[in-house]
Amino acid sequence: MQKYECTICGYIYDPEKGDPTQNVEPGTAFEDLPDGWTCPDCGAPKDQFVPV
Amino acid sequence: MATVCDAVRLTDRVYWVGAIDWGIREFHGYATGRGTTYNAYLVMDETVTLVDTVKAPFKDEMLGRIASVTDPAGIDLIISNHAEMDHTGCLPEVMEATGAERVLASKNGKKALAAHFHLDERIEAVETGQTVRLGETEATFVETRMLHWPDSMMTYLSGEEILFSQDGFGMHLASTERYADQLPRDIVHHELAKYYANILLPFSKLVTKAVAALREMDLPLAMIAPDHGPIYREDLAWPIDAWARWAEQRPTRKAVVTFDTMWHSTESMARAVAEGLLQGGATSVRLLPLAASHRSDVATEILEAGALLVGSPTMNNMVFPTVADCLTYLEGLARKNLVGAAFGSYGWSGKAIGRLEAWLDAMSVERVADSVALQYVPDEAGLARCRALGRQVGEVLARRVESS
Repeated sequence: MQKYECTICGYIYDPEKGDPTQNVEPGTAFEDLPDGWTCPDCGAPKDQFVPV
Repeated sequence: MATVCDAVRLTDRVYWVGAIDWGIREFHGYATGRGTTYNAYLVMDETVTLVDTVKAPFKDEMLGRIASVTDPAGIDLIISNHAEMDHTGCLPEVMEATGAERVLASKNGKKALAAHFHLDERIEAVETGQTVRLGETEATFVETRMLHWPDSMMTYLSGEEILFSQDGFGMHLASTERYADQLPRDIVHHELAKYYANILLPFSKLVTKAVAALREMDLPLAMIAPDHGPIYREDLAWPIDAWARWAEQRPTRKAVVTFDTMWHSTESMARAVAEGLLQGGATSVRLLPLAASHRSDVATEILEAGALLVGSPTMNNMVFPTVADCLTYLEGLARKNLVGAAFGSYGWSGKAIGRLEAWLDAMSVERVADSVALQYVPDEAGLARCRALGRQVGEVLARRVESS
């Protein structure tokens, strides 16, 4: 699955891991993250992420 | 140029040329009771290099210190480790005054400087691992994004073995003493902790990674030179270990109770809660009335705590404003692994308690006791319930810490 990187702080969203800090299950594609989801490290919104 | 202040020689090639701000007492929400310094460093190598500048009103102090060593117009290179204006306030003017050919910043730094000063294309982006030979010495850049801004980076100077750590391991402490070992240890420790609590706490996961990376790089280090406060030249493991420890955010058996009060009722409840905490097993309780405590000092107290209990009266259905101020601030600092509870006196609606509960939940403070809300002036039975609340939280805290 496609990983995405936060262009503000460098955090990598790995769909296989999800994001437990915001109740995102492993296996959740980036596109399926809720609109209000933000970077867990720096708070940047989804639109600051790019595929890597 | 008339020089009032001199540079301070750190090594044969490296000078401190910063500014001391004795009078600052408020720094974007942080009470700086001991003032601060804006540190800038001059590297007198073949490429004369300036590392960071100072807050705008202190430009002449910095330029004067530089002039005591060399003509500022001779500076070839400026390194900007961080775009915040306590370090870049006079950067545009210094760029003009020095005619520096190159100004280096991280990629995010270049963007940030453009958005602050609407500069042209004179800023060059560098990345982690990139080096610039200055002569006998060589500068290597290490990005430290979100410690504490996206643009933050550090610069390591080999040949001198100095890590210019920018805000890393920094503190707000004005002094003529330039080295940490020249200052009372307890003051340095307190200000280091306060700085971490108020500036770095939300980024603790990144601090853990950065410290691990720093230790793995295993750089020979003679000095750590931050951009605020004293320079470390002895026992360099101490500030690094302190940051690593605080980043773990382990709970302790220390509890913080913060509150405000309209007619001393919530205050008397807070005192009973504090007593209960001690009876339940907290080894230390900080009772912080917000009328007498600054939010940044409350933040410092929760750095090494395990519990946060918050008391508020209800005023016009709302949490009392000083309590809301403090919680807004603490929520942003995102301290993890705390247990807590809510309490307060009220007149008729009592709506602040529900708001406090929701707020603590949003802050990930685990409420381990039912809130206590009492009408007007608490009676003995009411105060006993407050003590019981404290005791309950104290017992949970003691159990959690022992089992961890």
